[in-house]
Amino acid sequence: MKKDGFDRRDFLKSAVAGGAAAAAVSVPQSVSAQPTSAPSATASPGYAFLNPEEAAFVEAVVDHMVPADELTPKGTDIGLNIFIDRSLAGGWGKGDRLYMQGPWKPGVPSQGYQLPLTPAELYRNGIAAANAHCVKTYKKTFDKLTEAQREEFLLALQAGKVTFENGPPARVFFTTMYQTVMEGMFADPMYGGNKNKAGWKLIGFPGVIAVNYQNIEKYRDKPFPTNPVGISDMS
Amino acid sequence: MAKKLKEVDVVLVGLGWTGGILAKELSAAGLKVVALERGTMRTTENDYSVPHVRDELRFVHRHDLMQNTARDTLTVRNNVQQEALPMRRLGSFLPGEVVGGSGVHWSGHTWRWTDEEFKIRSLYEERYGKKFIPEDMTIQDWGITYAELEPYYDKFEYTAAVSGKAGNIKGQIQPGGNPFEAPRAREYALPPLTPILASQVFSEAAKNNGYHPFPRPSANASRAYTNPDGSHFGACQYCGYCQRFGCEANAKGSPHMTVIPIAMKNPNFELRTSTWVTKVLKDPSGKRVTGVLYTNTLNGEEFEQPAGMVALTAYAINNVHLMLLSGIGQPYDPATQQGVVGKNYCYQTGASATLFFEGRHFNPFMNAGGSNATIDDFNSTNVQFDRAKAGFIGGYNVGSGFNTALPIGYRPVPRGTPAWGKAWKSATAKWYQTAMNINASGAVMSNRYNYYDLDPTYRNAFGLPLMRMTFDYKENEHKMGRHAAEVINNLAKSMNPTALNTAIARTEPWTVVPYQSTHNTGGTIMGTNPKNSVLNKYLQSWDCHNLFVIGANVFAHNNSYNPTGPVGALAYWTADAIKNRYMKNPGPLVSA
Repeated sequence: MKKDGFDRRDFLKSAVAGGAAAAAVSVPQSVSAQPTSAPSATASPGYAFLNPEEAAFVEAVVDHMVPADELTPKGTDIGLNIFIDRSLAGGWGKGDRLYMQGPWKPGVPSQGYQLPLTPAELYRNGIAAANAHCVKTYKKTFDKLTEAQREEFLLALQAGKVTFENGPPARVFFTTMYQTVMEGMFADPMYGGNKNKAGWKLIGFPGVIAVNYQNIEKYRDKPFPTNPVGISDMS
Repeated sequence: MAKKLKEVDVVLVGLGWTGGILAKELSAAGLKVVALERGTMRTTENDYSVPHVRDELRFVHRHDLMQNTARDTLTVRNNVQQEALPMRRLGSFLPGEVVGGSGVHWSGHTWRWTDEEFKIRSLYEERYGKKFIPEDMTIQDWGITYAELEPYYDKFEYTAAVSGKAGNIKGQIQPGGNPFEAPRAREYALPPLTPILASQVFSEAAKNNGYHPFPRPSANASRAYTNPDGSHFGACQYCGYCQRFGCEANAKGSPHMTVIPIAMKNPNFELRTSTWVTKVLKDPSGKRVTGVLYTNTLNGEEFEQPAGMVALTAYAINNVHLMLLSGIGQPYDPATQQGVVGKNYCYQTGASATLFFEGRHFNPFMNAGGSNATIDDFNSTNVQFDRAKAGFIGGYNVGSGFNTALPIGYRPVPRGTPAWGKAWKSATAKWYQTAMNINASGAVMSNRYNYYDLDPTYRNAFGLPLMRMTFDYKENEHKMGRHAAEVINNLAKSMNPTALNTAIARTEPWTVVPYQSTHNTGGTIMGTNPKNSVLNKYLQSWDCHNLFVIGANVFAHNNSYNPTGPVGALAYWTADAIKNRYMKNPGPLVSA
């Protein structure tokens, strides 16, 4: 195979040859540039969906699941609570692609999600039920629990050992919550999480720039430079 | 009351690969063609350009290019005893809903299905005896041959910029290609993609185990290319955002940058987006269709579009749904095995292992849609593989390579790793770049009890019954899964990984979550006679000769391969039959 040099300029030329509007692509000033609009770690971000009790729950969950260490800052410091809040406030949270017609029946697990709740409603009712469970078990809401109690509760929730009385199925709530934590950690930072590309830097994911025609050979079995770029860096 | 429009020669329902091919071919032949597409126009320039196309959350997890289940979905169940419930959000499969259809977000894997599929019942009866085929396995011959389809495979491969290495040119086995493939007339349009480390490592191990690895043929242009129609392709950038995304570089063969823009330049062709076809209309005799009823989804207005000919060219599931909604052909009943529409719905199965190699760097974010290596040693194409010993019909392919291994969805860790906390983080950091997978994709044989019909309870946004899918894996798939898991695990162990998440054969029922494969086949199958099939070998309705139905819905069973190769080839085959034969003498192309 021809192994001629292939840099970004060549890529743009090839994209033009392919009919893409390469002119719309701007090359970032600096690959390490950060979005200037990102809130600082200490500023109150403001919530669009979560009420104070819900916010306290979500903040406690993301800080427990993503604790600060030498690998990343803690969950709230990389915006996972903000990602979750914005997701619940937006179209996805409101069930914009969810088939919401009855009749409603539990079905069998292989039939997937069958609740009459949008993700935002599931979150709201799930948090209330989880806190009620924690109060009953530990005499405190989740955010006031010790680290060990949080761990114990989340493990039980994950394993399906917790039942919410009159609430949504605990396991379904956990699955949705866990998925949003991971989405927040690894989605593009423009959605509010993965601040300073902390999630991408953790694993060495390069983000948006992905012109690898020559990199396949160049970095074969070698580490790729970790300098991730997000959508807002290139916009 | 629907507003009646002026008659046209041809109405196409859906504009992806099949609709795009027919749009281009039939408008060039002088026919007035109108395409009705549910989705909106999306272009590479506006919609698939960097940076905004590089958005895993939007395109992979929020399904930006896919069918919106709030408006139309299916109900699902594993068997007739269960009550079907709606698939309330997408999961197991992802039909596209934009101009270009699923041809925009596919990976590009393009295979040739052979007589091992098209003559499956005859060949198995001949080799293993009639009794070898289980009684409830409703496999049957398709009524077409590989030799008939070969030039059309070639045409599709050259249109879509398929990169690969031939394994058999006119009967001569070619080094480096798939030695089990059927003879092809010439090489692929482009040389194979550059192998990534995972596919290289897999190929070496496969060779050491006596297997025959080859680069997976894929419509990802390995270098800049102009196809025979003059459509320009950029070279694939191994960007890692292929499956679920439109291609920024126009390197992935897709209808929205090949056949559709050519049709759009032809004054004989008209595209109406945001239109939803609710019914195919028949004349009182029931022997001809007269056009379609559709709704403009931007304002709710309803129209009747009369047409001399109708072709259903939507996603496979939606083609079958429209046939059932229109009452064309007798619906299939599993109790009596009478009727044909909805019969032989099939899917795919698989098994997968993850191998961890401390110190290696697989760079899983650098890949093409098809930079995999594959072996066909256990696939249907290898007739030497003894099914009597294996105890199942059909086969599976085994491969390795990354395809859209983006970090929300792909973060491999050894089994037993905690799901959160410091231990999770350090394991995720340690293993992300040091893991690779070996995957098997397995065929699903048609079965008496796997089928589609209309749901008695749930309705879509147009007040019409949802389609009901009844499906589960049967013993043939379970045996195949166990065989595949063993082969994968032996292969993986021979590679001495630091850690191994072994392949585990599936035993649970089919489930709508998580994503598995957008390779739904059957429902309006082609065949040799109207008693056992909906369509003849030209994909023409046995009931109404001016109705053609094109897509994977015509497959009489499913193979382990991706379906787009034969779907594209059959679209060209059908277009030729319409142009060269049907237009000269409209009527049944095969006498019943």
